[in-house]
Amino acid sequence: MNKARSAAFPYILWSVLFTVLPLLLVAYFAFTNGSGTFTLDNFANLGEYTAVFVRSLLLALISTLLCFMIGYPLAYILSRESARRQQIMIMLVMLPMWMNFLLRTYAWLTILENNGLINRLLEFLGFAPLHMINTQGAVVLGMVYNYLPYMILPIYTVLIKLDYRLIEAAHDLGANPAKTFFRVVVPLSMPGVSSGITMVFMPAVSTFIISKMLGGGSSLMVGDLIEMQFLGNAYDPNLGAAISLVMMVIILISMLLMGFFDSEDKAVIM
Amino acid sequence: MDVISLRNISISFDGEPVLKSISLNIRDKEFITLLGPSGCGKTTTLRIIGGFTKPDRGDVFFDGQRINGLPPYKRHVNTVFQRYALFPHLNVFENIAFGLRITKTPEKVVRQKVGEMLSLVNLSGFEKRQSGALSGGQQQRVAIARALINKPRVLLLDEPLGALDLKLRKEMQGELKNIQKRSGITFIYVTHDQEEALTMSDTVVVMNAGEILQVGTPEDIYNEPRNAFVADFIGESNIIPGVMPADFAVDFCGGRFECVDKGFEKDEPVDIVLRPEDLTLIEAGNARIHGVVRSVTFKGVHYEIIIEGMGCMWTVHSTDYAAVGTEAGLEFEPFDIHIMHKS
Ligand SMILES: Nc1ncnc2c1ncn2[C@@H]1O[C@H](COP(=O)(O)OP(=O)(O)OP(=O)(O)O)[C@@H](O)[C@H]1O
Ligand SMILES: [Mg+2]
Repeated sequence: MNKARSAAFPYILWSVLFTVLPLLLVAYFAFTNGSGTFTLDNFANLGEYTAVFVRSLLLALISTLLCFMIGYPLAYILSRESARRQQIMIMLVMLPMWMNFLLRTYAWLTILENNGLINRLLEFLGFAPLHMINTQGAVVLGMVYNYLPYMILPIYTVLIKLDYRLIEAAHDLGANPAKTFFRVVVPLSMPGVSSGITMVFMPAVSTFIISKMLGGGSSLMVGDLIEMQFLGNAYDPNLGAAISLVMMVIILISMLLMGFFDSEDKAVIM
Repeated sequence: MDVISLRNISISFDGEPVLKSISLNIRDKEFITLLGPSGCGKTTTLRIIGGFTKPDRGDVFFDGQRINGLPPYKRHVNTVFQRYALFPHLNVFENIAFGLRITKTPEKVVRQKVGEMLSLVNLSGFEKRQSGALSGGQQQRVAIARALINKPRVLLLDEPLGALDLKLRKEMQGELKNIQKRSGITFIYVTHDQEEALTMSDTVVVMNAGEILQVGTPEDIYNEPRNAFVADFIGESNIIPGVMPADFAVDFCGGRFECVDKGFEKDEPVDIVLRPEDLTLIEAGNARIHGVVRSVTFKGVHYEIIIEGMGCMWTVHSTDYAAVGTEAGLEFEPFDIHIMHKS
């Protein structure tokens, strides 16, 4: 017992230093004003940013949904390939992740711009140019592109570990490939889906670079708002800390909802 | 009427032949057992019948129709897998109901049929249990119920009792035999336990190294093993090399013995099988076969006595005791001698 406790010491030190302490600092800043006295003003003023919060949640939800709709089939196809092919394809999925995040997003800027690659191609083919940059669509595209691997990988990991004998058992009992997929493969891959959703939704809801680069000023997100309070010209760390705190609560609630739906899901399939 | 026929089925894995042109006819409603040592190709044969493995050569017929290309989900065959393969995300009720859900059976019928199955396999009250929270024997019975609920024409069972303790095993053997008789479903049963094969089956198929050695009723297989391997596998045997000088006579251990076999070539080398329980212990003095007792093991009903003599080790099952180191003689009747061609 004592031994176990002392073995846990480095972990406890780590979490105090890097998790609990920063959290307390954020809370301190959130509940004080510039001169360090207690106040709730920071939260009282948040009302005017409701639109930003709603937009952030909405865009993150859409991106997560799209990631799931693209990522699940991809992960499934991947898991069915031969071992060699799987290796190559997994490499291809991860390849963009090796490139710098800013660079990747910047590349999309040059593709989507009003006189960017796509529009030049359209012009060349004799079509009217499209307005793509600085739209919410561009932000969603950027998020889906950046976070897709985080959806594919956990689902893929669960799928390759799936016991093939269960699929054979389903076939044996008369389930064709489609029915086997929906009644056996999908329910058994739910753990991968829920960690995929978590891993995409969390960074998506608090993203700031993507919305700034691809969304212009028009689709300001919570991440941008927080950044502006610390690094931007709207300098106000106390307000920034309050927004961060609210953001954390929102993420926490979404995750709890997720877990709730997850177990609900299983009950329904049962 | 044959429900399933295998014709010249061959298959290799990684260049290793696993089934070597086997042919087998399975009659409707019979309990047929594939018996053979580990790795002889029993599971592979079942998988070919179930449609999970495609043979390299040969044909599978169902009711006289060639079904080589038919996927498993279109075959009227269900399987109890070697390791059960229950669905971990479903409880006992839904595992058993799986086949009915696929065909969109009305809820009322599902409830009724699953209820029947549960009581058939003695698991009433376990509906809500997750399949992971069951003992080996219970999982076993869920697997059987799940495979039976579709009322298949043929049920494939791959060593279904392998994980059970002896007592439960015996119980389930009787249980399965009853289910088979009552349901009129053809059972194709795989085991490497010869006793299980003999007690349950209408027909026993003895396999070794990808070949079928003998097909027959349990009595046939036991009393008239076709070669030394079958004789040895089917029960403990004393197998002695010998020669047939004429019909109804056989030479071994330096003597000529009367027997009931005929139709061998003159002076054909043969294997002679003498079952341990057919040998009787007598005084060494006036016995034609005699030797020294090397070991005695108590086996419950009888002693297993090993006697060394006449150039052989003889295994005898006897209720009489013989002390290690003493001289003992052996006696047997002409019809106890089983003669087989050398294989
Ligand atoms: N998919 C496969 N790939 C390669 N080899 C295989 C495959 N399936 C079976 N084999 C080989 O074929 C042989 C027969 O296997 P099979 O499973 O039919 O044996 P079995 O008689 O069922 O044995 P057991 O009693 O141990 O279950 C074995 O040598 C096995 O290694
Ligand atoms: Mg096997």
